[in-house]
Amino acid sequence: MTYLHNIGAYFLMIAEMFRKPTKWSVMKQLILKDIDDLIIGSLGIVAFIAFFVGGVVTIQTALNISNPLIPKYLVGFATRQSIVLEFAPTFISIIMAGKVGSFITSSIGTMRVTEQIDALEVMGINSLNYLVFPKFIALMLYPFVISIAMFLGILGGMAACVYGGFSSLEDYITGIQTDFIPFHITYAFIKTFVFAIALATIPSFHGYYMKGGALEVGKASTTSFVWTSVVIILLNYLLTQMLLSQ
Amino acid sequence: MIEVKDLHKSFGEAHILKGITTSFDKGKTNLIIGQSGSGKTVFLKCLLGLFDYEEGTIAYDGKVFSQLSEDEKRNMRAKIGMVFQGSALFDSMTIAENVMFPLKMFTKQSKSEMQDRVDFVLKRVNLEDAHKKMPSEASGGMQKRVAIARAIVNNPKYLFCDEPNSGLDPKTSIVIDNLIQEITDEYQITTVINSHDMNSVMEIGEKIVFLKNGLKEWEGSKDTIFKTDNESVTDFVYSSNLFKKVRKMYLEENE
Ligand SMILES: Nc1ncnc2c1ncn2[C@@H]1O[C@H](COP(=O)(O)OP(=O)(O)O)[C@@H](O)[C@H]1O
Ligand SMILES: [Mg+2]
Repeated sequence: MTYLHNIGAYFLMIAEMFRKPTKWSVMKQLILKDIDDLIIGSLGIVAFIAFFVGGVVTIQTALNISNPLIPKYLVGFATRQSIVLEFAPTFISIIMAGKVGSFITSSIGTMRVTEQIDALEVMGINSLNYLVFPKFIALMLYPFVISIAMFLGILGGMAACVYGGFSSLEDYITGIQTDFIPFHITYAFIKTFVFAIALATIPSFHGYYMKGGALEVGKASTTSFVWTSVVIILLNYLLTQMLLSQ
Repeated sequence: MIEVKDLHKSFGEAHILKGITTSFDKGKTNLIIGQSGSGKTVFLKCLLGLFDYEEGTIAYDGKVFSQLSEDEKRNMRAKIGMVFQGSALFDSMTIAENVMFPLKMFTKQSKSEMQDRVDFVLKRVNLEDAHKKMPSEASGGMQKRVAIARAIVNNPKYLFCDEPNSGLDPKTSIVIDNLIQEITDEYQITTVINSHDMNSVMEIGEKIVFLKNGLKEWEGSKDTIFKTDNESVTDFVYSSNLFKKVRKMYLEENE
C-alpha cells in the first residue's frame, strides 16, 4: 500500500513541479547554479572513471580473445559496443545516483527539516517548482556528460590497448569503426535522457517528503540512492527490451 | 485583525486542535502560550495556510482565507511575514540576499531600491555589518534578527513568530521581544507570537491566548494573567519558583 501511495505521490509531485512557475529572473539563476553543481561538478569524476574503466574493459576483452583466428580489431569493436551501449549510459548513471542523487536528497532534505521549504511556501512560492524544476532542467544536459564518458571510455581503451601491446592503434581504430549502427547511439541517448529524469526527480522526492531531523536526512540519502539505482536498472531493462529486440 | 472561529485540526487519529475561537488585534503583540506539545505550532501553521484544517474559518481583516482565489491568496501571502522557530534562513544565500529575497520575488523594485531597503531593515534590527556573512557564520541571536528583517522587509500587515527566543539567552531574548513589539507598534502590524517563555509574557503580552489540550483554556493580557484563578494557567505561569515569589509579593501589595 505504501508503495502505491508513494508512486502516486511521486507523479503528483512531478505535475505540481510544473505549476505556478517562479519568476524567470530568479529561476534563471537557480538553473545556472544547478548546472554548475550537478553537471559541471560531475565532469571530473565521470571523466576519471570513464577513462580508466574504458581501459579495463579493453584489457579484459583482449585477454579473453586468445584464439588466433579472431581478428585483432575485435578488441576495439567490443570496447566500443560495451561502452556506448551499457557502460557510459547505465554504469555512469548508477555512479551519478550516488553523487548527484545524494547531493539532491540531502540539500532538499536539509531545507525540509530546517523549515526553509515552509518559509518558501509561506511566501506563496511553489517550493517544488523553485527547488526541483531547476534540477530537472539542469539534468537535461546530462546526455552531454554521457557523450564525454563515451568518448573518454573509448580513448582510455585505446591507450590501454596500445600501451599494453594488445593490438595496434590501426587495428583498434578499425575496430571502433566496424559495423557501426547509428541506432545504437539513439538507443543510448534515449536511455540517458530517461535516466536523467529519474536522477533529477527520485532524489528530490526523497528529500522533499522526508520527515525528522539531521539523522533522517542521512537515511533519506541512502534510501534515495537505492531507489534511484533500482529504477535505473529496471528502466534499462525495459528500454533495452523495447528498443533493441525486434 | 485576524479572527479564528471553531478551528479543528487532526493528524490521522490524533485530534490536535479541538475547536479554537479567538482573535488577534492589529498593532498589538498577541501571544499564544502553552506547554510544549499543546499545539501552538500547529495552530500557527493553520493560520498561515501551511496546514489544511477540517473545520473552522480564519479571516484576515474580514477576508476568509479559504474562500479566496489562488491569486488573492498569493497577494495575501505577500503581506505575511513569518519568523520560524529555527530561523529557516536560506543557507545557500548571504544574510543580505536572504533579506532581499521577498523583494526579488514579489516586487518590481530596481536593484538599488532593493539594496536601500535591505540596508534599512538590517539597520532596524541592529545588524549593520553582517550583509556578506553566511547564515552559518551568524550566532543564534543574529540569525533570529535576520529572520525578523526578512519577515518585515516587504512591509507585512501580519507577522507570525514561532518561539522567537527559543535557544537564546535571557538578555538576547528580551532584545528580540522588544524589537518585535516596537516594529509591531511602529507599522501597526497584527503580530502573533508562539511562546512558552514567561519573560516574553511579562514583556510583550498585550494579548495572551493560553492553549491546553487543543482548546483555548484562557484569554487575557499580561496584566490579568497574575490575577486569574484558572488553575491550568497558574500551573503554567508559576512552574518556576521565581514567579511564585513574584506573584505572592504582587498579591500582598495589591491587597
Ligand atoms: N506534521 C505533523 N504530523 C503529525 N503530528 C504532528 C505534526 N505536527 C505536530 N504534530 C503533533 O501535534 C501536537 C502539537 O505539536 P506542536 O504544535 O508542535 O506543539 P507546540 O505547542 O510545542 O508547538 C504534538 O503532539 C505533535 O506530535
Ligand atoms: Mg512549537
